[in-house]
Amino acid sequence: MRVALFPTCVNDAIHPRTGQAVVALLERLGVQVDFPAAQTCCGQPQYNTGYRRATEPLVRRMAGAFAGYDHVVTPSGSCTAMVRDNYPRIGAKARTEGRGDGLARAAASLVPRVLELTEFLVDVLGVSDVGAYYPHRVSYHPSCHGLRMLGLGDRPRRLLEAVEGLELVELPGAEECCGFGGTFAVKNPDVSAAMGADKVRNALSTGAEVLCGADNSCLLHIGGTLRRADAPMRAVHLAEILACTRADPTGTGWATPRARSSA
Amino acid sequence: MSDTYLGMPSFPQAKASTRDTRLRANLTHATRTIRDKRARAVAELDDWAQLREAGKRIKDRTLRHLDDHLVQLEQNVTAAGGTVHWAADAAEANRIVADLVKATGEREVVKVKSMATQEIELNEALAAEGITAYETDLAELIVQLGEDRPSHILVPAIHRNRGEVRDIFAAKMGEWGRPAPEGLGDSPAELAEAARLHLREKFLRAKVGISGANFMVAETGTLVVVESEGNGRMCLTLPETLISVVGIEKVLPTWRDLEVFLQLLPRSSTAERMNPYTSFWTGTSDGDGPRNFHLVLLDNGRTDTLADEVGRQALRCIRCSACLNVCPVYERAGGHAYGSVYPGPIGAILTPQLRGTASAVDASLPFASTLCGACYEVCPVAIDIPEVLVHLREQVVERDGPGHRTERAVVRAGSWLLDHPAALGAVERWASRTRGLHPRRLPTAVARAWTDSRDLPELPEAPFRDWWRKSR
Repeated sequence: MRVALFPTCVNDAIHPRTGQAVVALLERLGVQVDFPAAQTCCGQPQYNTGYRRATEPLVRRMAGAFAGYDHVVTPSGSCTAMVRDNYPRIGAKARTEGRGDGLARAAASLVPRVLELTEFLVDVLGVSDVGAYYPHRVSYHPSCHGLRMLGLGDRPRRLLEAVEGLELVELPGAEECCGFGGTFAVKNPDVSAAMGADKVRNALSTGAEVLCGADNSCLLHIGGTLRRADAPMRAVHLAEILACTRADPTGTGWATPRARSSA
Repeated sequence: MSDTYLGMPSFPQAKASTRDTRLRANLTHATRTIRDKRARAVAELDDWAQLREAGKRIKDRTLRHLDDHLVQLEQNVTAAGGTVHWAADAAEANRIVADLVKATGEREVVKVKSMATQEIELNEALAAEGITAYETDLAELIVQLGEDRPSHILVPAIHRNRGEVRDIFAAKMGEWGRPAPEGLGDSPAELAEAARLHLREKFLRAKVGISGANFMVAETGTLVVVESEGNGRMCLTLPETLISVVGIEKVLPTWRDLEVFLQLLPRSSTAERMNPYTSFWTGTSDGDGPRNFHLVLLDNGRTDTLADEVGRQALRCIRCSACLNVCPVYERAGGHAYGSVYPGPIGAILTPQLRGTASAVDASLPFASTLCGACYEVCPVAIDIPEVLVHLREQVVERDGPGHRTERAVVRAGSWLLDHPAALGAVERWASRTRGLHPRRLPTAVARAWTDSRDLPELPEAPFRDWWRKSR
């Protein structure tokens, strides 16, 4: 089984720790992962802002970079949804516009192999207990694209419930959008901030120390709102919780090369 | 009265709404109440998913052959004693209605709540001809008396609480007809009774009624109005002349198709198993109901919308407003921010298609969404609103819509960078190395849009791609 990691551009540039956590987690589960360096970005920000044509080279790039892998695993529901829902549309539109079916074929070759992290863990590896240890009170925010477009269902919850030491507390209004919305966050900053404030208020009402999510773009917004308020809560990606173990409860070893000498 | 629906603020003024604590409280309370009720009403039906799929397919099939169904409808309405008028746009529809009212010699009309007549600003057009239109739906009455604008499709006065309604009734009813009772309280029963007494004299006096329709059945020429208060039934049956202004997309081929929509609509809109009043009428009948019936079929941008393969799904809409009630942006921005009688997610895809995106407000509408998908999830006819929003964003951007020139240059530069991983890595590396110099809040307008309410993330020591290369 050849597995490629698509950490996403956000995690590559801003939050590499999440990518490192996925590598540590998957290798612990016996999966060897690769990071094809030709990858960059799925094109979601451009596409969702109305720049479909600017996304086309990225569809080709993604398909090329991940050719030959059985699975492409990504710790982002929204980037997975971008590929799954929108790449076929981009290909179909290019064909309708008389520009051949190259893009449609590129999309079709990639789409079925791209999986969000919890899909890969639960559906492909068939695990819900990944052997993690995380002795904290945690609430979970299911980001919109994972929740409604991918239909992740209870996969993240099952994974979290199996974590040793973790106390999972219900987030009021969990299914409501946090207000990030990509460029929405800066195009409509007042509404975005109002939604973020409500999300944070709900999160703080749980008394949890950690708000867990499976999309770091949403967590940048929620976490930034929490930090601005000096709130006693931090936003942590699900992968970083699942990668913690009794032997390494804070993930200090993820970044050190010796953990993965197999390559 | 004549300035109702005019002077709509632009979406950017949503800023004010987010700071209006009373508006926020009214909207949050109302939308959440109806949202939860809808979820319970829908959960009662085991076959909701199939009903939804059926609704979607019936509408799609009908829209594909819309011309045939409309001609059949015209034939059957005419055969039943009605008269059909075709209006290409708002001005033509308003002209037709005003001439029909004037031909009766009347100067007053009673109205059934209707989105189509609000869309064409019929009340204002009639006022310009010296004709007064009385809204008889309770919430529309509140809006009209308050010289206000509707902010919701189903509950247009959703932004008002009952204390505000009491004040409007006490101050304004007397100017329009029967005054509110002395010492009017703000209990729902007292407010409803005041409205009932005020409206009763209008129903009994009116010679002309104006309505829209939720559905039109082509095979029989039957029109359908679905409502809760009974005011519609009064307006549809008491006057001598009935004029119905209906969008062309409201036609259904057969009577049987109603089976699907009369289940989908009430549960999605008022969260009821069945709405209290469903009125059907087919042309005119001797000795029963209006003696004259006119149907004004309204295009007003619908044919153009139909020509757009992605955008046309907006024409499936049955105006239930479930999408408004679940929309987090609507809840915080309020209906007025959408600058149209169609607010919320459906408005954000319908208005730019019906009106175009020439104005700044209309061009901003497709961007007034986080694409969270809650609207699509509840839509009883499965309109993929996020898909259409993105499609319309593309149209705005392609037309170099207001405020998109700089953005386009940035996207172009970004696209080059993202197609050159080595250069991208270099930029990421440079950003990481200079992270100590990055200020906590940034000065430019775009950056401030983020940092006014949120901290920026701290950049890492090195990007993931560098770590990977070194660690292997």
